[in-house]
Amino acid sequence: MGEEEGLPQTQLLDTMFVRGLKRKCFDGEEDIEGTLAGIKAIPSYNLQRQSLLDMSLVKLQLCHMLVEPNLCRSVLIANTVRQIQEEMTQDGIWQMINSQSSGQASLDRLVSTDILCRSSREQAEGKHLPGCGTFSKDFEGDQAQGSSETMSTTSSVQAPRNLQGNVWDMESPQENKGNFQKSLDQIFETLENKSPSSVEDLFSEVDNSYYDLDTMLTGMMSSTKMGHCDGLETFSSPANAAPNSNCKSDLNELDHIVEIFVES
Amino acid sequence: AFFSLSPADIISTVEFNHTGELLATGDKGGRVVIFQREPESKNEPYNQGEYNVYSTFQSHEPEFDYLKSLEIEEKINKIKWLPQQNAAHSLLSTNDKTIKLWKITERDKRPEGYNLKDEEGKLKDLSTVTSLQVPVLKPMDLMVEVTPRRIFANGHTYHVNSISVNSDCETYMSADDLRINLWHLAITDRSFNIVDIKPANMEDLTEVITASEFHPHHCNLFVYSSSKGSLRLCDMRASALCDKHSKLYEEPEDPSNRSFFSEIISSVSDVKFSHSGRYMLTRDYLTVKVWDLNMETKPVETYQVHDYLRSKLCSLYENDCIFDKFECAWNGSDSVIMTGAYNNFFRMFDRNTKRDVTLEASRESSKPRAILKPRRVCVGGKRRKDDISVDSLDFTKKILHTAWHPTENIIAIAATNNLYIFQDKVNSEMH
Repeated sequence: MGEEEGLPQTQLLDTMFVRGLKRKCFDGEEDIEGTLAGIKAIPSYNLQRQSLLDMSLVKLQLCHMLVEPNLCRSVLIANTVRQIQEEMTQDGIWQMINSQSSGQASLDRLVSTDILCRSSREQAEGKHLPGCGTFSKDFEGDQAQGSSETMSTTSSVQAPRNLQGNVWDMESPQENKGNFQKSLDQIFETLENKSPSSVEDLFSEVDNSYYDLDTMLTGMMSSTKMGHCDGLETFSSPANAAPNSNCKSDLNELDHIVEIFVES
Repeated sequence: AFFSLSPADIISTVEFNHTGELLATGDKGGRVVIFQREPESKNEPYNQGEYNVYSTFQSHEPEFDYLKSLEIEEKINKIKWLPQQNAAHSLLSTNDKTIKLWKITERDKRPEGYNLKDEEGKLKDLSTVTSLQVPVLKPMDLMVEVTPRRIFANGHTYHVNSISVNSDCETYMSADDLRINLWHLAITDRSFNIVDIKPANMEDLTEVITASEFHPHHCNLFVYSSSKGSLRLCDMRASALCDKHSKLYEEPEDPSNRSFFSEIISSVSDVKFSHSGRYMLTRDYLTVKVWDLNMETKPVETYQVHDYLRSKLCSLYENDCIFDKFECAWNGSDSVIMTGAYNNFFRMFDRNTKRDVTLEASRESSKPRAILKPRRVCVGGKRRKDDISVDSLDFTKKILHTAWHPTENIIAIAATNNLYIFQDKVNSEMH
């Protein structure tokens, strides 16, 4: 895995994280409009923190292989996740978000790396709520155009939702925090037990809250149970994936179609 | 002098024996290759002290843990030589789960002139035997025989990361992520657990053991390092279970450098006592540190290995390089320390002159008997010719394993699947 591959989308994250926790003014209560208006060429601290969180969770999930995973690595990643979670909690963001439907929340929470590189003009235009983002370099390469287009469509649909939706990069409240903690616990239990079934369990549990980015990228059905995205998995290759259309109606339709296929 | 070979597999550990005459390497395929230094002779001055292959054997095989449905890798994590006590050499080699004691013997004579058997071992027709003879030993081509003498199995639930032979030459310890066991070299069905940091509830796990070593002179003292960057010096005389350390060595975090990656980069990947026993050397992701056993609050010396990576931590986290475990080494007189880096670079720090050098282990830049040219990584600003820019470093070429001859300026560098041995005749490598 070349270092060159990793650099593009995380370069901005590097720039931000090298300074440590020197956050900008997007502090909890302050103002959501301020957050929005304050977004400039550099993506917000919250956005980047969320990206790091998601990246970490993907890493934890992907470490179940044929050989026992490296415990040190898992512990370090889990600690990083906890750190981020604690900081998010301290920000008081938890209280600010109304509970959205979990399906919506799962989609909203993912951050497109495309956003990280978006120009200030684009950002000023839409209320750019993210669709489903990925960290895959390949995906980003293919999707750069597509996702930004659907982004604007999406954002216009989403705009009326509420301003709180602008804090899209925050996890939704306690329930997800609970899920999240449960996921961490399960990861460690899985590391303990190592039976195949517990790996499955882990995936199925976590997927209530998160995409399995890996399976989405390959466009293949994995053995893991997905949340609302089964339909998307079946029918789209990564190039065509319209994961950004997070209109519930689309998903319901696809679910319906999947059911028909499965039954037949 | 320069020696390179390309086994099919990646070298996973390198270790000189106590005299430096032998150099052992372990690889990902479970093999051990031992090199022996040619004795210096006046007749062939250019062959002085070169290392040639002495023996190769398969130490560990891949296994399958049926209970957990997981493979157990045959990769050799560590090799440690036992001090030589007779004509034979002995070493311990370990993979993730099982430690083995190997005995290496030479055979250069064989008996000839048996009464009952002929040269090929077939029984003689007794009627042809008319007189008795005494068998004599005749010289033969040197044969190196390696036999497994002990197998220390089932001692570890987690992955073994270190083994260390005690100065008493009778016991050794093995450490995994959460526990450290003490073994007697002659007893394989029993070991004593001397450190256990496994929490009652695995959900509470936040710290693991990353490396450990016995003190070179005090057989009751050992140190272990953790993923949170701390060192614990333990005294086995204090209690049977050494969970309570005698001394805790920890440097407070620098608040100005705090980031989400602070803990990860503080994780100690290797710890080595100095030959004198007065100091410990630790390696974390960006630095090597020298600790005085008498000072627990901070290291006495800190050297930056590749500080230019500090601004790249997120990328390195994404591609997992941030979890690379680099080793470190002292020279024989404890005046120079060495550690590996990326792009096949390795670094040496002279503790007295405070000078440091970056060298490269690669075919292109090294020819036999050529002097290694110092390299430089430029971080922007003035760029000299031959400088490498940070962005063009190859992070797949990492030098994780290095070893220094116990007394002379000879170093062994493992670069993926190549072994480089550099000798310094004139002591001119430090500029």
